Amino acid sequence: MGSIAQATYWTIHGSSLVLALHLLGLTLFGYIAARRLGPLLAARRDPRLDRPWQRLGRVAQYWLGQWRHPRFRFAGALHILIFAGFLILAGRAFKLLALGVSDRFAGEGGGWYGAVHAYAATAVLLAMIAAAARRLVLRPARYPRSADAIFLLGLIALLMAADGVFEGSEGAFEHRAMALASLPWLVGAVFAHASLPVLRGLHTGAYFVHEGAFIGLLCYRPFGIQFHVETSLFSIYFSKLDRGTVKPVRWDIPDEHLDSADGFGVKRFEDFTWKHILDFYSCADCGRCADFCPAHAVGRPLAPRTLTIKARDYVFRRYPVFQSAQDGQALVGGLFTEDEIWSCTTCGACEAECPLLIEYIDKIVDLRRGLVDDGRAPQSLHKPLKALESRGNPFGKLERKRGEWARDVVTNGSRPLETLYFADSISSYDERMQAIARAAARILARLQQDFGILGAQERDSGHDVRRFGEETLFQALREHNTEAIRASGARRIVTADPHAFNALRHDYRDLPPVEHISQVLARAVEQGKIRFRPAGEAVYTYHDPCYLGRHNGLYEEPRRVLDAIPGLRRVEMARARDRSFCCGGGGLALFYEPKEKERMAVRRVRMAAEAGANVMVTACPFCMANIEDAIKVAGMEGRMEAIDLAELAERQMEPEAKVPEPEITQAKVVGS
Amino acid sequence: MDILVCAKRVPDTAENEIEIKADGADIERDDLVYSVNEADNYAVEAALQIAACTGGKVTVVTVGGEEDEEILRREMAMGANGGVLLTDDAFRDSDGRGIAAVLKAFVETGHYDLILTGVQADDGCAQVGGMLAAMLDYPFASLVTSIEVVEGGKLKIAREVEGGNKEIHAIDLPCVLSIQTGINEPRYVGMRGIRQVASIPIPRLGAPDLACALAMTGKGNAKVQRSRYFTPPAGKAAEILEGSRDEVIEKLIDLLKAKGGLN
Repeated sequence: MGSIAQATYWTIHGSSLVLALHLLGLTLFGYIAARRLGPLLAARRDPRLDRPWQRLGRVAQYWLGQWRHPRFRFAGALHILIFAGFLILAGRAFKLLALGVSDRFAGEGGGWYGAVHAYAATAVLLAMIAAAARRLVLRPARYPRSADAIFLLGLIALLMAADGVFEGSEGAFEHRAMALASLPWLVGAVFAHASLPVLRGLHTGAYFVHEGAFIGLLCYRPFGIQFHVETSLFSIYFSKLDRGTVKPVRWDIPDEHLDSADGFGVKRFEDFTWKHILDFYSCADCGRCADFCPAHAVGRPLAPRTLTIKARDYVFRRYPVFQSAQDGQALVGGLFTEDEIWSCTTCGACEAECPLLIEYIDKIVDLRRGLVDDGRAPQSLHKPLKALESRGNPFGKLERKRGEWARDVVTNGSRPLETLYFADSISSYDERMQAIARAAARILARLQQDFGILGAQERDSGHDVRRFGEETLFQALREHNTEAIRASGARRIVTADPHAFNALRHDYRDLPPVEHISQVLARAVEQGKIRFRPAGEAVYTYHDPCYLGRHNGLYEEPRRVLDAIPGLRRVEMARARDRSFCCGGGGLALFYEPKEKERMAVRRVRMAAEAGANVMVTACPFCMANIEDAIKVAGMEGRMEAIDLAELAERQMEPEAKVPEPEITQAKVVGS
Repeated sequence: MDILVCAKRVPDTAENEIEIKADGADIERDDLVYSVNEADNYAVEAALQIAACTGGKVTVVTVGGEEDEEILRREMAMGANGGVLLTDDAFRDSDGRGIAAVLKAFVETGHYDLILTGVQADDGCAQVGGMLAAMLDYPFASLVTSIEVVEGGKLKIAREVEGGNKEIHAIDLPCVLSIQTGINEPRYVGMRGIRQVASIPIPRLGAPDLACALAMTGKGNAKVQRSRYFTPPAGKAAEILEGSRDEVIEKLIDLLKAKGGLN
């Protein structure tokens, strides 16, 4: 078969023509890539060069290993196939490009690599057809009708087909055996008896179609969802490593200097960090985040993918490759609505789903910081925020009454303390939730723990104050609590509130180790320190609180405690563990009045009923508040009840081993 | 347009358990937290919105002591250009007329196109605004629910009247308006904002600066004096409707109709 490089096309030498085409394509791509890099350089700092080994591990798991894809069976399998095909074909593509420049790269066709790549190309081609059919015929609800996606699938299919024709025509010419049932084999079989000029024409034509499709793909990708082919490796390498945390307001300004910072939160596009803009580029618009977003599910005006795609289109308009910049639209109030930004409960379901590890919570929190700084906090949050400022709790209750819940249960408060029980606001003041705190305290007493509370010295952990964007107030609360905890001399902290747990564990610094009561219980069960009475007839299901499960990975401990109760029948809801469905959110989310069609917790209660349960066990006072309300709203009183893990464990503790009635009735409280 | 807003620091009803002292002369003030009187906050927001359209400055003034500075700072964090504290032992325990007289003396030290007050203080009598207007001989409108600046030194305002209806007036400037809550959505004041204005000096004016008011201020000149606080006896307990869901709905609708909640 004739050489591509040595042939002459309209008086131009082949290698020169191909080289010129290559250079043209590369130059164009280089220019586009440089333009796309511009916004990243204009963005805020975000140090992501630490822990290289952990980052490489992530690349191995989530990029090379495609870890998250099997969560969606069909689409995931298709993607793994295409990704593997691309990896196999990458070498082949470069070889093909090179042999147009010089015969040195032509080499022999066939061999084992020939067979592998022939099958890979065939598989990718078929996958393209399947993917296109899926989008055009099956039309899963999460895909927008995007011409962009179909065009790209077509371009890749063309690339694969050209490769097959190139290889097949060469094989037919050389009468070489080709990988059975592969595309080159098919082409070879069809053109087995074709004349030399026909084969040569096919061969040359396929080469230039391949060249065109390759350059076309390279230069078109940075304009749409296929950009993730280039950016995903970086997005995953630089992904956020510390779950449960919220990024600082500014990486380049220490907290104590924030009062005089010129910018606060994200108000204009360049206030996003470079990694967050890279995230916008990387989104493949697969919609898995939105499928699992509870806010989206109940009709709130938020879908994580839409947020990203809007931001991506915005940055493309603001930093265009060819035209002049044309977008001065405001971010919130223009591109995004305020309701959209406040609709998020920071449950993290989207981040658990995204195959590219795109971050959402940090961006939402940063946008909220910008809004709060401009005085645009939702009206319904003004009073709770003001009360948090003056009284340290969102209800405006008196500080001196904060420890009253513990009057009959906290008796041992020698100083310095071994264990500090951190109740947080809702369990301190809400009558219903006080029962959770009391149950947890009785469990600690039963385990003969030397423990006490901060009482009037405690302030709200500020967990959701921070996540609702009022960073300065959060820092004031943190400072107060940190001092009080240090002064108590406690060597460890226990709480039954996952929001407090997450705050003390991730948002505070240099505190003693923090545990959730479910961890304490699980350990006590394991060590045989607690025995339970048999449970009754009810069917239980465990609802994973977001800040215990997704944000802290505590899925098994609560279940182990439940399973240690003899005869307890437990079923799992379809959405459990890292796919748990948020109850509606805690902290300030209780005060936010969202626009929605249905309450999240009502959905959740129905899910529990569908699973066949009549008792929902949770391990968070906010889940309790939302779920108990939802049981009433859904009209399921008498058919469904909610109980906290600590309450259930305390209720089921063997009677003989129950805590002796406290001898001292006055709560001994640290610092009072 | 330069606007003056008169504000007051009051115990925050949302964050306190108000208890009356045994002798009934006052409420327990040991454990109270204070904030800007809610209606005054709406007045400041209204002023800021007008100033944003027409240009000009917004000044917030209060009569009180050192501890009242915090509300001036909060309103400055909200966007007011300045705050003034009118403080003197001679002003202490004034009645509404005395406070109005101090404010009038202050207004005459400057030049303001528009003076706003809240419709009433949480612990007050809704009287200072009207008295201030009378003393200044300015036009006055109360319960204002919208303000529009029109040409020729006039405002077009809406007032709330019984039954949720509104009436529209034209009013000449300068004038005094008392602002009803709900006229706008006051912006949030974050802790960072308050810290940023923490070191701005707040001018204080006392009796020597506002001497003309002294004949009406202080306990001795007060013509209205508070004699006692009391808690009204609890009314009849809430009524709980019983029956099936449909029956309850029917009863509720009947009740609402009977009480005028539904037409």
